[in-house]
Amino acid sequence: MNVEKNTEKNRLNFWERIYLPEIARGLGLTFKQMLKPKMTRQYPEEKWEPTGSYRGRPVLVLEEDGERCVACSLCSRVCPALAIEVQAGETTKEKERYPVKFEINMLRCIYCGFCEEVCPEEAIIMSKDYELIFTNQEDAILGKDKLLIPIAQLQDRLEFLRQYR
Amino acid sequence: MPQITIDGQRIETSAGKTIIEAAQENGITIPHFCWHPALSVSGNCRMCLVNTGFPRKAPDGTFERDADGNNVIGWGPKLSIACATPVADGMVIDTQGDKTEHAQNAVMEFLLINHPLDCPICDEAGQCKLQEYEFLHSKGKSRFDEKKNHKDKRVPLGPNVMFDAERCISCSRCIRFADEVATQPVLTFVDRGDHVTIETFPGTQFDSPYSMNVIDICPVGALTSIDFRFTSRVWEMSFTDSICPGCSRGCNIKVGVRNNEILRLEPRTNMHVNTYWMCDDARLNQYKFVNENRLSGAMIRSGNTLVPATWEIAAEKAAKLLHSYKPSEIMILGSARATNEDNFLLSRLSHKILKTTHIDFLHHTDNDFADKLLRTSDRTANAHGAMEIGIKQHHGVSMDNLVEKIKNHSIKAVYVIDEHVADNPELANALSLVECLIVHASNPTSLTIMAHVLFATSTYAETEGTFTNMNKRVQYLMPAVATLDNERIAGLEMSRWDKFGARNDRWSQGVRRDCKPGWEIIQLIANHLGAGWHFSDAESVFKELSIDVKGFHGMSYELLQEYQGITLGTTDHSDVKAVVYESHIFKPN
Ligand code: SF4
Ligand code: SF4
Ligand code: SF4
Ligand code: SF4
Ligand code: FES
Repeated sequence: MNVEKNTEKNRLNFWERIYLPEIARGLGLTFKQMLKPKMTRQYPEEKWEPTGSYRGRPVLVLEEDGERCVACSLCSRVCPALAIEVQAGETTKEKERYPVKFEINMLRCIYCGFCEEVCPEEAIIMSKDYELIFTNQEDAILGKDKLLIPIAQLQDRLEFLRQYR
Repeated sequence: MPQITIDGQRIETSAGKTIIEAAQENGITIPHFCWHPALSVSGNCRMCLVNTGFPRKAPDGTFERDADGNNVIGWGPKLSIACATPVADGMVIDTQGDKTEHAQNAVMEFLLINHPLDCPICDEAGQCKLQEYEFLHSKGKSRFDEKKNHKDKRVPLGPNVMFDAERCISCSRCIRFADEVATQPVLTFVDRGDHVTIETFPGTQFDSPYSMNVIDICPVGALTSIDFRFTSRVWEMSFTDSICPGCSRGCNIKVGVRNNEILRLEPRTNMHVNTYWMCDDARLNQYKFVNENRLSGAMIRSGNTLVPATWEIAAEKAAKLLHSYKPSEIMILGSARATNEDNFLLSRLSHKILKTTHIDFLHHTDNDFADKLLRTSDRTANAHGAMEIGIKQHHGVSMDNLVEKIKNHSIKAVYVIDEHVADNPELANALSLVECLIVHASNPTSLTIMAHVLFATSTYAETEGTFTNMNKRVQYLMPAVATLDNERIAGLEMSRWDKFGARNDRWSQGVRRDCKPGWEIIQLIANHLGAGWHFSDAESVFKELSIDVKGFHGMSYELLQEYQGITLGTTDHSDVKAVVYESHIFKPN
């Protein structure tokens, strides 16, 4: 507390000190709000659907013939929070390289979207998923099973990137 | 002595040198792809184009001067390639002017016409000459909007080298290496123009014992290691200077580590030892035993099994055992695979504490391994060091009669460090008969199973120390892999990953092994025998060694690093420091 400011004129006056008028004033505000239209949502029954510009958890794009990611590790290098771990392997497919292991530690991720920006393959993009619930640290590390999302579900974001990137 | 001027800097050089050589020796790098100091000049990439000229002379023989009094330069009508133009007295060279820059840009644009630029899947990315020059000497825009030429991307040239024809910039370094250094001339260009590619002659493959060096000298990612392919990006690894333990040449190497695991070995330039190369055998094998199948901690025999014990208790036990024998009943086996520091303390222990002269070491010779380039028949890294320190005795029990002495019970206790007896069944058999066998080892072998007290030692990649090679050059090695013991050594290189990992990151869980360098274990045992030694690190042991052993006089870790090794007994007149040529400038971060 700033002692110097505790001068005569800064102290509570008589009406403030007897308290009741102030309570009445506060309750007045409450009742006024009760009559106004409601802004809240019945989450989780009623969910908010973000637009394409929303940066939810990063996911990997899954196409018909497999993931787009070529395991170049650029996302992992650029990630300021060191959330991404990629281990590359060799395939006989045309693109030679694929991620044997791709893990994002969601406790580290800060949803900056740098990984999406750096990816040369448009293979990692920010999804609309904002519901991240874990009960322990291990569960927060998402592997390929949780990261790969069919391209059909990611159209909004891809469209957004096409227009504004 | 011709005097030349490069970008305004006057340089004294010797006749017959090319411009690029003269510049290199004076610390000026002229961009180049195909030139390599160890190979013949082919002059085909045109990246090294520079503007050359001479001061112009008036008819009366005096130099023409401009208004400011500077020499007027008569520039050549065309640019010259620095790698094939010999220097001449008075030559003026411009490596940065508009004309040169224009030429460099043009060369880069040509090279990139058909280049796939698939850096994301290219192992070279991060240390690629083409990438580097793209940043430095390219406009970054291509005027070529036709379809790129496609070629084969996965052609094995031999068992260890994979060729990607699209990325090749036809510099011919690999061809010249195969002809001139590996002396296995099986590579050649085929076809012309933008269809040109590299092939092995029909029925041959590039399987020279040095084939993998082409991976390092290839300026781009056209040649990759089949063993390493896609294992890691270069910027994810830390590279530590080390010495190859594979044979007595002592090639200078770099150890690439990620998540506390060695992923690859690369040669490091040392003009006095291995120049720019190392052998494939070492590159493929000298890291696996560090990563896999290791011993951990100290162990004491109880009945038929070895049970884990603390370092202190095991050292005490070893000391007690050694103490219970007469000096004449003890045999000490040093090692040509251990560092000078280990052998030095071991020899001290035997002479000063145990008072035995029975000390020797094992030779591991393999004549099939030797060749004319680098590989030698002595498969140990430090035999000369061990001898210099006095591990080899000319009196008392030695390797010649050890087996016999054990069999007639005059030797009852053997203390052996960093050895294996796989190639010596007679000795293995004899050692199984001794009453007390104390062993230092990094990996389990037939010898460690027999031990009564066993200590897990650090490998060459985990110790700080020195090796002495076949030409008695003492070379310094730095730990590359962290153990429980060395984690706090100052200067231990760590990749970004290893540095910033936390407990809940899966990528930083690489094991820190419970092992100690040999000298530390020897000191533990000696102190239980009342030695009272206080060596705190390898450097302090080396300091003592450099005072005690004549050949090492005047040496220090600092000097060894500065001069890339010093030959025994020559500290006061060591060789001149060489200018080290690095083909690829590595840009990790
Ligand atoms: S969004 Fe940012 S913090 Fe999260 S993984 Fe991508 S780069 Fe890392
Ligand atoms: S940047 Fe893209 S292609 Fe590269 S590893 Fe990350 S997701 Fe895969
Ligand atoms: S050779 Fe160099 S420029 Fe070419 S793809 Fe590989 S890293 Fe990129
Ligand atoms: S493979 Fe590499 S070293 Fe060989 S010619 Fe091509 S670019 Fe040069
Ligand atoms: S380096 Fe001179 S032409 Fe290639």
